[in-house]
Amino acid sequence: MEHTSMNLTLKVWRQRNSQDTGSFETYEVKEVSEEMSFLEMFDVLNERLIREGKDPIAFDHDCREGICGMCSMVIDGKPHGPWKANTVCQLHMRAFKDGDTIVVEPWRANAFPVIKDLMVDRSSFDRIIQAGGYISVNTGNAVDANAIPIEKDKADAAFAAAACIGCGACVAACKNSSAMLFLSAKVSHLALLPQGSPERKSRALNMVAQMDKEGFGSCTNTGACEAVCPKEISIENIARLNREYMMAGAASE
Amino acid sequence: MKWSQLFTSSVGKKWVMALTGIFLILFLIVHVALNATIWANDGGKMFEAGAHFMGSNIVPRILEIGLIAGFLIHIIQGIMLELQNRSKRKRGYAANLGNRGSKWYSRSMGLLGTLILIFLIIHMAHFWVPNRSNQGWLLGPEISLYDEMREVFQQEWVVIVYVLGCFSLAWHLMHGFQSAFRTLGVSNKKYLTLLNSLGIGFSIIVPLVFALMPVSFYFGWIN
Repeated sequence: MEHTSMNLTLKVWRQRNSQDTGSFETYEVKEVSEEMSFLEMFDVLNERLIREGKDPIAFDHDCREGICGMCSMVIDGKPHGPWKANTVCQLHMRAFKDGDTIVVEPWRANAFPVIKDLMVDRSSFDRIIQAGGYISVNTGNAVDANAIPIEKDKADAAFAAAACIGCGACVAACKNSSAMLFLSAKVSHLALLPQGSPERKSRALNMVAQMDKEGFGSCTNTGACEAVCPKEISIENIARLNREYMMAGAASE
Repeated sequence: MKWSQLFTSSVGKKWVMALTGIFLILFLIVHVALNATIWANDGGKMFEAGAHFMGSNIVPRILEIGLIAGFLIHIIQGIMLELQNRSKRKRGYAANLGNRGSKWYSRSMGLLGTLILIFLIIHMAHFWVPNRSNQGWLLGPEISLYDEMREVFQQEWVVIVYVLGCFSLAWHLMHGFQSAFRTLGVSNKKYLTLLNSLGIGFSIIVPLVFALMPVSFYFGWIN
């Protein structure tokens, strides 16, 4: 197969720390292989910056195989870049053409403050999970995994919701900076299973309360979250959460 | 959990917007159906009978209080939510997602709602205020709303404002109709498909019929 390389202009958000006002810096990157991932292109650029004695660009990454949810760049206005159902680490440079100018920004939301450059603090998501995104299991002998019968359709729907990697692209894309797609995926995947049933009501109430406390906006069903989600989490989960929450709230003491 | 906590949470506020929205959609059905009697071509007889009933009977009078409350809650909460949601991202993006993620009208509910509000104020100044203040108890005897319509809709700018108001309403409903049901928890595909189609039909037909009213008077299509 023919191998091509390209020259690109990157406009990257640089911010020293959470207090810094930050600004865009322009970098010319030469001879970028089309087979590189977007992050590998950043690695090459960073190595050059280090050689030049400059501060390399800070960005989040971990598994680089699209399953950990760490990478988080808004590329030309779209979280995770131009491809559908994809993470930045799995975005390859063949998505771009020679001579392109690419604008790279961090996730933007008050609830995700910038730590440095393209890295944001997503611990608000962790606190939402801590508020109820789990099931309580008694200690003792491990229960047989197949002891509880689960309808196949329900198991599949729960699994589809559980595919959420918690990257926060939904918040980054939402005009309201709402975390409802993330939250609804977490609530749905447990609400659909019998194991999640005992704490079903408190889970919905506590997780929404934590989300509101963290300073995310509210959902207006625009669907931007669903469009950028690397795991194609359906907006139907948000409708399910709306129902779960109101049922739980109305039935509570 | 108290009711006040429930309805002031982010999801609770969505419910309030959805419930008042559906209530206002029901009002639109009553309003458009009653007003359609102008096309009876009977010199406004049937229309006047309806208008007289709505203006003088105790039942619509009581329901009107609920209607005003519904409007106020939907408008005030809508404006507050729009402002709150905008404040959740202090620094915006240099490049925007735009229409790649969502429809323009779903992102513009605040703007469309404001345009409808401006139209609503003009509309109420034309009909509701003169009508309610002339019920025999304040300024004078009941006025003919049919004659009022005939007169008001002779002005070109009024007709244009009304058509634009209906246009804003159509786009507001295009998102609002189906979104309200999603908020109330409808997640089944078969219902969502049905409600989507119903929403598109409603958003086109109802504002179109409304817009045809001033247009019909202006061009003298009504005898």
